[in-house]
Amino acid sequence: MSEPVTITETPIKLNYSYTPGTAAARFLTSIEQGRIVGERCPKCHKVYVPPRGACSMCGVATMEGVELDGKGTLTTYAVTQIPSPGLDAPYVSAWIKLDGADITSMFLVKEVEPADVRLGMRVEPVWIDKADFTKNLANIAYYRPTGEPDASYDDYKDYV
Amino acid sequence: MAAPIEALVAPHVIEYTYTRSTGPILGAFLAGLRDQTILGIRTADGRVMVPPAEYDPVTSEGLSELVGVADTGVVTTWAWNATPLEGQPLAEPFAWALVKLDGADTAMLAAVDAGSASAMSTGMRVRARWADERVGSIRDLVCFEPEAGV
Repeated sequence: MSEPVTITETPIKLNYSYTPGTAAARFLTSIEQGRIVGERCPKCHKVYVPPRGACSMCGVATMEGVELDGKGTLTTYAVTQIPSPGLDAPYVSAWIKLDGADITSMFLVKEVEPADVRLGMRVEPVWIDKADFTKNLANIAYYRPTGEPDASYDDYKDYV
Repeated sequence: MAAPIEALVAPHVIEYTYTRSTGPILGAFLAGLRDQTILGIRTADGRVMVPPAEYDPVTSEGLSELVGVADTGVVTTWAWNATPLEGQPLAEPFAWALVKLDGADTAMLAAVDAGSASAMSTGMRVRARWADERVGSIRDLVCFEPEAGV
């Protein structure tokens, strides 16, 4: 009898062809230029980033582009202790409310010890080399602390 | 209103490989494939299931009596796959078929390399095509081919 088999690998691969739609295409086109452009709901005036083309609360199209400077406030985070492909552990992923936006977006947070990450921390994007920009949110490599004083709880309490 | 812009399309690949423990029954089945043999298992009512199940489908009791079956058998039903996808058993059009091996009482899903759908029929005889290098994986059993030849 030869060596028993105790372990087997079952690979799974899904090949999607992704069409982002017009709102996300507008967003990705701005990202390619190193700009972050959300869209404002004409009814409730909330600013969505990335924009999805419509306000999910009001059900109306969002058409007014709103350029943001990218800085924001960390509202929720997680420290992951298990490495992922391309990510050494521990790493910090966080929900960040960009200044001028009304929803949060998820980014990696680096250049800070995980133990020092906290709610209300002010953060800014670190872009990859401009020569390498593509229509991809990965143009923003990660976020890092700005060193500004923390935002007051009232500024982000609805996003925790 | 924003100016019309080009429609974007990009590949979006999601890939994850599970590493699974086989347990003693499927482990024996996979080791058998490496040795170019196909193992089934005898159920409480005396039938032979291929691939082997760990538990009896009727009584739910654990099963352990592994039984060798032939690497030839009969197609019990089939569907033609005209446009194989990446990762499927064969790159050229083939049939997905249920194959009841000689000595087995249940049929197993497998690819049949028949060349064309017109060469496929329920009840046709097929034989296993084995990989040259076998590692103890279901892929050791590459596919089946018509016993009469393609």
